[in-house]
Amino acid sequence: MAILVDTDTRLVVSGVTGREGTFHSLRNRDYGTQVVAGVTPAKGGQDVDGIPVFDTFQAAVSETGANTAMIFVPPRFAADSILEAENAGIALIIAITEGIPAHDELRVYNHLKRGGSRLIGPNCPGILSPGKANVGIIPAQFFKEGNVGLVSRSGTLTYQIGNELAQGGFGNSSIVGIGGDPVPGSSFIDVIELFEADPETELIVMCGEIGGSAEEEAAEFIATSVSKPVVAYIAGFTAPPGKTMGHAGAIVSGTQGTAAAKAEALEAKGVRVGRNPTQVAEIAVEILGARV
Amino acid sequence: MDLLEYQGKQLFSKHGVPVPDGRHAATVSEAVEAAEELGYPVVIKAQVQIGGRGKAGGIKLASDRAEAEQHAQAILGMDIRGFTVHEVWVEKASEIDEEYYAAIVFDRSAKQPMAMLSRMGGMDVEAVAETDPEAMRMLHVDPLLGFQEFHGRRLAFEAGIAADVIRPVGAMLGQLYDVFVAEDATLVEVNPLLITNAREVVALDAKVTIDDNALYRHADVAALRDASGEDPQERMAKERGLTYVKLDGNVGILGNGAGLVMSTLDVVAQAGGRPANFLDAGGGSKAEAITSAVEVIISDEKVSAVLFNIFGGITRCDEVARGLIEAFRSIEPDVPFVVRLDGTNDVEGRALLAEANLPNVHTEATMLGAAEKVVELAR
Repeated sequence: MAILVDTDTRLVVSGVTGREGTFHSLRNRDYGTQVVAGVTPAKGGQDVDGIPVFDTFQAAVSETGANTAMIFVPPRFAADSILEAENAGIALIIAITEGIPAHDELRVYNHLKRGGSRLIGPNCPGILSPGKANVGIIPAQFFKEGNVGLVSRSGTLTYQIGNELAQGGFGNSSIVGIGGDPVPGSSFIDVIELFEADPETELIVMCGEIGGSAEEEAAEFIATSVSKPVVAYIAGFTAPPGKTMGHAGAIVSGTQGTAAAKAEALEAKGVRVGRNPTQVAEIAVEILGARV
Repeated sequence: MDLLEYQGKQLFSKHGVPVPDGRHAATVSEAVEAAEELGYPVVIKAQVQIGGRGKAGGIKLASDRAEAEQHAQAILGMDIRGFTVHEVWVEKASEIDEEYYAAIVFDRSAKQPMAMLSRMGGMDVEAVAETDPEAMRMLHVDPLLGFQEFHGRRLAFEAGIAADVIRPVGAMLGQLYDVFVAEDATLVEVNPLLITNAREVVALDAKVTIDDNALYRHADVAALRDASGEDPQERMAKERGLTYVKLDGNVGILGNGAGLVMSTLDVVAQAGGRPANFLDAGGGSKAEAITSAVEVIISDEKVSAVLFNIFGGITRCDEVARGLIEAFRSIEPDVPFVVRLDGTNDVEGRALLAEANLPNVHTEATMLGAAEKVVELAR
């Protein structure tokens, strides 16, 4: 088992004909993901290395049975593309695009939470279920199959921790990037809930950063609803207030959203927090090692 | 992007929010001319991106031409907590009967806009929140439904404001919400929201933050961006399309991915060092981007050593190595570099560096080892 993407995933890519869209779609297909369609308005009937392109999501879904969408279009078209995918009945939408206006994300989030579709991202690296499917830009070569579920607001930090886990002999059930924007479609809680229910996942690593209160909310949820061990990491202890640190959502506002407050909230609920990525991997290896 | 008070007020006017009549001025003579046009008394207000202007002497009442000239002279060029005053807003003075507080904020936790109203305005709201938390009333607005009249009415009644202004204050909240949505704001704050002696409702101050990601559809607002107040390295980085934040230490930092760079700053601090900057070279960086980033980092004279922390995913470590080698060829940096390359093409990258044998470039195998080494070299 894995969560969200696996061998049943049938992927349609919005923006498949763009340079980055083509590159990553083919990379995902090479990994073994079933990339069944692309969507680019007015390019319907073409193909990208054998992947059929459609004008609309509706046509892509009815012709190919796509059940998962990846959004790779520029920011000003992304919200519309997500809403089109939802309108066509796609259950899981993964938005890689960085730089979508916050108000667009607000409208999308509040609309999607009334319907059935789940959104991962935007501004995220996607989801990798090692050995099964890769949707997005995560470099799969550093990860192997295993029992650690990883959920993160940051891409490269995830690779860093995943790589150290692999060196410790452990692999991953799934790696989920929820993205660095202020209004992520899915929260830590949403993903941790899936890992809790996934029989293959034995330990959960969550990788947070400054800004917002998603880590504090996750701490509450872990205390009441998670039986599996959780190890956390928080980036941004040295970030000054009022400065956006790369990710649109990574900002300490006044005294709100500091790394120290997040680490404290997690530790208060019994979650072990590593001081650096290496220590996170060490704690994870220690917990898993004791269970073998 | 944070707007100055007068820029916020101009947006307010555009959306029907009542503000006092005022004029912008960048010189003493412009300020006096504005005051003469408006009629006395006027208030001369320093336009800087920082709170506490009044306490610092940046807001003054002038009742005639001589006073207007004297105050404009004193305020223009004044330093307010590190910000030099280059412009003032000259405004017709208002008679103050009551001061309230109103805001529309972006509630990240609820993922909805939130309207706020308090009858205790004109002071530090965080202080009010501590002493009298009940005074601040809050109500979420469904972004798909928009602000309804009842939102304003309910907040006004719950905040306990004077009965005669319940309707106009509620209406102003609705107009502030219009500003929030139409201008892609993440914050619209009015403190104080003024009730004049004539019982008119006026926004006496304006604090507006616009979402940087939405500036492409607000060319008028984007044009207001004032580069003069920016740090020279931050400006240089922006021109080169790099994500850079200036900090106050001496260890220059370059990494790929916002999370990894934040983590690198933390690890350097844990090792006893002080980071000079945050620089995210981004995913898939090519050699030219790396060379360009090195120039920005070492243009900060405080930098006495530089750390490269790369975990290559989309970014290829050999490209990073090439960029660094080119930087040494073209700009000959005179500070030591510590380089940690891991991930895609790391073996090739390390081989390139070994072959180039650059002076004062140290390679380290791990992130923690690299942090310790750079802190030692920066001393």
